[in-house]
Amino acid sequence: MTALTLHAPILLVALPLLGAFATPLVGKLGKGARNTLIGLIVLAVAGLAAMLAIDVFGSGGIPTVYELGGGTFTFPLSGGQVPVRILFEVDGMSAFMGLITALIALTGAFFSFSYWKERSGGNLYFSLFLMLIAGVFGMVLTGDMFNFFVFLEITSIAAASMVGFRVWLKQSQEAGFKVMAMYTLSGLFVLLAIGLLYGQYGHLNIAVLARSIQGSLTDMVALGLLLTGLAMKAGAVPMHMWAPDAYGESPAPMSAVLVVNSQASLYGLFRILFTLFGASISTGTVGWILIVLALLTIFVGVTMALIQSDLKRLVAFGAVSQIGYMLLGVGVGMAVIATRPEYGLVAMQGGIFHMINDAACVGLLFFASGVVIRAAGTRDLNQMGGLGHRMKWTSIFFAIGAVALAGVPPFNGFASKFLIYEAAFKLNPFLAVLAVLSSIMLLAVFVKAFQAAFLGPRSNTSAHVSDPSLGMMLPMAALVLVVIVFGLFPGFFVDHIVTPAAKALWLGRDAYINAVLGG
Amino acid sequence: MSGLSSGFGVWNPIAWALLFVGILVVSFIVRSFGNKGYKRGTGQTKVFLSGNDEPETSNGLHVRGDHLYWGMIDGLSAYYRRVKAWHTGILSDYAAWFVGVLGLVFVILVLAR
Repeated sequence: MTALTLHAPILLVALPLLGAFATPLVGKLGKGARNTLIGLIVLAVAGLAAMLAIDVFGSGGIPTVYELGGGTFTFPLSGGQVPVRILFEVDGMSAFMGLITALIALTGAFFSFSYWKERSGGNLYFSLFLMLIAGVFGMVLTGDMFNFFVFLEITSIAAASMVGFRVWLKQSQEAGFKVMAMYTLSGLFVLLAIGLLYGQYGHLNIAVLARSIQGSLTDMVALGLLLTGLAMKAGAVPMHMWAPDAYGESPAPMSAVLVVNSQASLYGLFRILFTLFGASISTGTVGWILIVLALLTIFVGVTMALIQSDLKRLVAFGAVSQIGYMLLGVGVGMAVIATRPEYGLVAMQGGIFHMINDAACVGLLFFASGVVIRAAGTRDLNQMGGLGHRMKWTSIFFAIGAVALAGVPPFNGFASKFLIYEAAFKLNPFLAVLAVLSSIMLLAVFVKAFQAAFLGPRSNTSAHVSDPSLGMMLPMAALVLVVIVFGLFPGFFVDHIVTPAAKALWLGRDAYINAVLGG
Repeated sequence: MSGLSSGFGVWNPIAWALLFVGILVVSFIVRSFGNKGYKRGTGQTKVFLSGNDEPETSNGLHVRGDHLYWGMIDGLSAYYRRVKAWHTGILSDYAAWFVGVLGLVFVILVLAR
């Protein structure tokens, strides 16, 4: 392990966080200097996330422990020692989430350079962008519950500010306020749960808590607060109402980052259920709670998307529905973890694989939607038409993102949904039927959006539009490449990055604890 | 490396893609047997609307977003009335759903303990 890999967990948080504070200062030197700084940071972050993933996946899934201000302890600890310093603990699932975050940070930043070129407030925009990225990295890498809360709050502040960023639009202000209020509610409940656990066990470290938790009534109250708070922040129905407002009203590149933010909350939920409470809960009961939330999220998300005439809100409801597929895969895995392991792991692989596929597809769709809305001068699908005549590449990119998200073969969305369908069918055929039906409806949703925006005769409104600059085309093309490559070679990615992530949650509880506390 | 196996099902995208390309090739061959006398801009390309003349508009006709699936949405109107009613846009309603789910989860977790 190189020194860079050793310090990668803290650098992944520190670089974007310091960059967030440096951006307004460097921005005084000009946009070129600011963009260079941000470009270097996201490139460094992507490189570090890749190095960390290679290290963790290459070590056979043994978690890496990083002690902030290190040197005091040697991990794993021995002789009943407990860690008191801030720890980052990176297992397969954390490394996998790091890759997703890096992918969207990289494409989102480079897309934003061109997207935000002619607009004012760029320094603040990029500052919030980096702060949100830092918070997400912190959430997925930390090994400490209180730090998880701190990073959760950093993402909440940055996300709410970003949603309400366009203060001259009353919808943005309203959406920003709603997001701020709901994220605060979620954060308070998470904090209360952490307080209950700390009051009982006197520790905040996840590994120590995981070994201590007994499944008492207080533990169950804490679990309920954590489960509901994080499911709400992930956008699970019926606690999803803030999500279409947030995704719909934030600037297009930020919508993609907000989806990754929601996924980080989902990661937190999975980490808490499998690692923290894995040995002290009825996995069947909690699995079915996730499955019910998943079915509601999938069906309500898709059916609400179908009736939207605002392009951003349509994609936003589509993004909400995809959170349901992740919950379904992991929920099925949890429900059968003790009884039917032969398809439980497949379900987990499907749910987790869908996280990276969703990030790429939804990111692509939000980018393309931003380009379309700017070109057409409206978000109303009833006012659009004929854009495909002059925006050929954008229409192709949008179409690829749409069919991939809807689960049309051979794109990546199908590969992950295939695993989810198969495993869900084994548990209960109704689950698979509803999941497949909803995917077909999602395809109908995007047929509507594509037909309304890109097809139709040339019109006065579409006469002067064109594909965006190369600065916006290349990030979209990069996500298209991910969609196609992950779709054509799913076996490779499932074997090398998805399965280690799934096993880290499903089977890796002891390894996670032992990496800190020793066997 | 390419394919996926769930243990009870197999998905091979490369094989699927090759099959798709093969079907495209066959389609192209069948198409080549078509009428060579096809001419653009003649009556052959005129839209057939049950024998009626095609209406002329300055900007052409475009089926707008809300015109799609109106039958399906109308058929599901009872469902949509209820689901739309949930989405009030009022913040206190958002919080009420959250608290309601929290209460339900508490009850389930405690009963399952």
